[in-house]
Amino acid sequence: MTTAKEKLVVIGNGMAGINTLEQILKLTDRFEITVFGSEPYPNYNRIMLSYVLEGSKTLDDIVINDWNWYKENGITLHTSQTVTRIDTDAKTVITESGMTAAYDKLLIATGSNSLMLPIPGSDREGVVGFRDIADCNQMLEAAKAYKTAAVIGGGLLGLEAAKGLVGLGMDVTVVHLMNDLMERQLDSQASAMLKAELERQGIKFAMGKSTAEMQGDHRVRKLVFTDGEELDAEFVVMAVGIRPNKQIGDASGIATNRGILVDDFLRTSAPDVYAVGECAEHRGMCYGLVAPLFEQGNVLAKQICGIETEGYAGSITSTKLKISGVDVFSAGEFIEGPQHTVISAKDEWKRTYKKVLLENNKIVGAVLFGDVAESASLQKYVREGTEMNDEIYGDLMGTGGGCGGGKSKTAAVEKMADDEIVCGCKGVTKKVIVDAINEKGLTTVDEIKACTGATGSCGGCKPVVEQILSYVLGDGFKKTVKTGICACTPLSRQEIVAGIKEKGLRTTKEVMHVLEWHNAEGCSKCRPAVNYYLGVIYPGEHKDEKESRFVNERMNANIQKDGTYTVVPRMYGGVTTPEDLKKIADVSVKYNVKAVKVTGGQRLDLIGVQKEDLPKVWEELDMPSGYAYAKSLRTVKTCVGSQYCRFGTQDSMGVGAMLERKFERLDFPAKFKMAVNGCPRNCAEACTKDIGIVGNDGGWEIFIGGNGGIKARLADSLCKVKTDEELTDTIAAVMQYYRETGNYLERTSEWVERMGLEDIYSKTVEDVENRKALVASIELALTFVEDPWKKVLADDKTRSELFDTTKSVTIQA
Amino acid sequence: MTQEWNTATAVTVALDTLDNFPSRMGRVFLVDETEIAVFRTSDDEVYAIENRNPHPKGGPLAEAIVSGHYIYDPLYDWKIDLKTGLVQEPDQGQVRTFPIKVVEQQVILFTK
Repeated sequence: MTTAKEKLVVIGNGMAGINTLEQILKLTDRFEITVFGSEPYPNYNRIMLSYVLEGSKTLDDIVINDWNWYKENGITLHTSQTVTRIDTDAKTVITESGMTAAYDKLLIATGSNSLMLPIPGSDREGVVGFRDIADCNQMLEAAKAYKTAAVIGGGLLGLEAAKGLVGLGMDVTVVHLMNDLMERQLDSQASAMLKAELERQGIKFAMGKSTAEMQGDHRVRKLVFTDGEELDAEFVVMAVGIRPNKQIGDASGIATNRGILVDDFLRTSAPDVYAVGECAEHRGMCYGLVAPLFEQGNVLAKQICGIETEGYAGSITSTKLKISGVDVFSAGEFIEGPQHTVISAKDEWKRTYKKVLLENNKIVGAVLFGDVAESASLQKYVREGTEMNDEIYGDLMGTGGGCGGGKSKTAAVEKMADDEIVCGCKGVTKKVIVDAINEKGLTTVDEIKACTGATGSCGGCKPVVEQILSYVLGDGFKKTVKTGICACTPLSRQEIVAGIKEKGLRTTKEVMHVLEWHNAEGCSKCRPAVNYYLGVIYPGEHKDEKESRFVNERMNANIQKDGTYTVVPRMYGGVTTPEDLKKIADVSVKYNVKAVKVTGGQRLDLIGVQKEDLPKVWEELDMPSGYAYAKSLRTVKTCVGSQYCRFGTQDSMGVGAMLERKFERLDFPAKFKMAVNGCPRNCAEACTKDIGIVGNDGGWEIFIGGNGGIKARLADSLCKVKTDEELTDTIAAVMQYYRETGNYLERTSEWVERMGLEDIYSKTVEDVENRKALVASIELALTFVEDPWKKVLADDKTRSELFDTTKSVTIQA
Repeated sequence: MTQEWNTATAVTVALDTLDNFPSRMGRVFLVDETEIAVFRTSDDEVYAIENRNPHPKGGPLAEAIVSGHYIYDPLYDWKIDLKTGLVQEPDQGQVRTFPIKVVEQQVILFTK
């Protein structure tokens, strides 16, 4: 081919421009492409800057297209080159440094700039926007040198910046003009919940405040508000909004308003010049979110390649975001007026909120907070102006609709358009996900993440991706989810346990070999699980495999992010003595413990012990291990009880300590927590424990399956017993039944729901023979337990292999 | 991606005898200023990597679960190839690896 390629020039090396290029490259290779970018980096994900700020991602992590990508696609990239003018007659672009480039087609994707308010004093050092890597670096530097920061603007960007700075250890106040945070995306109810959540995370707020002046010396030192109040701030992030970067249009005689004006085919007023993303203004709208930008890119790519397209008709602005771990969603009209019928539900305990607005019975807007599983359906309803009916109501509000729930969610996914964007962070459409599932045989969200990138950034779209997966796989989805304890084997726990018993398998290696694992030595999920199942099946005989234990159980201490450990000595029933406290204090001082914390289970946690000091700390404490690191009985929490309390009807401290001594050190499928209360006032909170015991005048009531953690669940009442012996036996039977039938890592809250309370009741209470057998089994297992700290202290080889760092010096060979 | 080194100019350090390395577990050595985690795999090969988690939050690696010539890091459960130090998908990163071999039961590390 001798014909020269058409020249396509892109001004702007950000998400909008490069995403459009990616779409173009999928359609044709007929262009010779040149990209100009002002920043010295390849295209990176601006949305994820806050992750860089908080340290959970590095700059490299957020690069979307690395240097190689440009090379592989034959794209000439000029970084740190700002294009200042376009000569639309000569069809060339001219940069700041005088470089020129000719184009046949030109794409403007210059994005936007931080809106800097002209507040007196804002030219002082220490005042920045939050828009690019350079801003991010300035913030990282500031956090090292200064203590107090103010973020002006309580929108998404401001909150992300604030969260990042709090994570860096700064004292951060968000200053917001309005009384509600993110008032353009949330109603005041959701906004208040968000504020409460962020306050819990350490961010402070100054609401309804307008900054009159920034005072200081060469550097900003404080803000003065219009009401005269002041706020100390040695660092100020201005995050009041963004302004489309349209300078290039103005300088080149291209029509602009707020942004560069484009028609439905993203054409500007100049021939062969297009604009896309935040710099463009379409039908009076400038978008600041990523989804519209991808939608525009889609249309533009087709337009530039000469493929027929219906054109871009604007985007329905819906917002689905994750802010500091909280999911929020809004769509359509979400501030209620007199014309609206409001459906809402607020759950202060689960911290969720849901609101749907109807106008003439049509769904016109919605807000979700905390749980955004319904966002895909709602977005569709709002877009299509769906009429509210009983079925939709039931699905959304969790009542009435009966069995329709799951079905209709899949139905919403089914009706979703192929090119609808599911993952807004990475611009992944429904079609890309569906194709990946079909073509590559994917069966899990993790695989979809690895293959398409969807869910990989904020994770907000995970529920929708799950729904797509279940829709594409149909019945196959349930199968792949239900069976196989991990990717190494298709076998379930039950099948593995049966296999071990039938074939007399003795080690994890043997199990994985004989039961034909795909992965000979298993993974971090199945190895500990199989080791546990072997331990329960062969009490006393199974040689526990340290190498198949997760770090905390291998080291008998909880690892912290810096590689130090925590030590929790046993305190039976949460009761200690002055002598023991003295010893704990002495050891803490001697080994320079970083913090001593009272745990949720009424114990003392010595935080920040060096790995090599662990055995010495155990030796000098000379107390049993508190098992705070183990899938085992952690703690028995108690109230004061009848020994001292005027309300106490039972000796909760005594019985709690007795139960803890009896059942400690035993392996369970997951951590196991108990509580004993002396009366129904329930001060030790039995309702959130694996086994909770509540004393009353004539005996005890036993509750099981409670959980206060990730999936909160109130315990179910199992039975009432009269004597302490009955109490111990029933608990022993429940524990052993759970040990034998629980899936590894399955807490009793899930186990109770899976097995059913009736089944557990019949096996551990009703059927006396079965109960005796369970008690006998656990008694046998208990004869083999020993204190793990003492065991390590008596075994010099293990102690040195696991805990010592051998110092060596190099020698020249 | 095996690292090449010239034994004539190599800087070596004899760490310990092989029987002092527990199978499928890591041991930590401080060689000059660098912490090195040494793993003995089930086929009695040894691998040496820097004892520094490639996750942005850092932390150690020696306490990982070893499976074949891969480890699952103890803090974030990232899967890492002991041969190349490469973090497996969907996570990304790389740990520094060091040449190491067993000569007559003696485990020898090469640092250059």
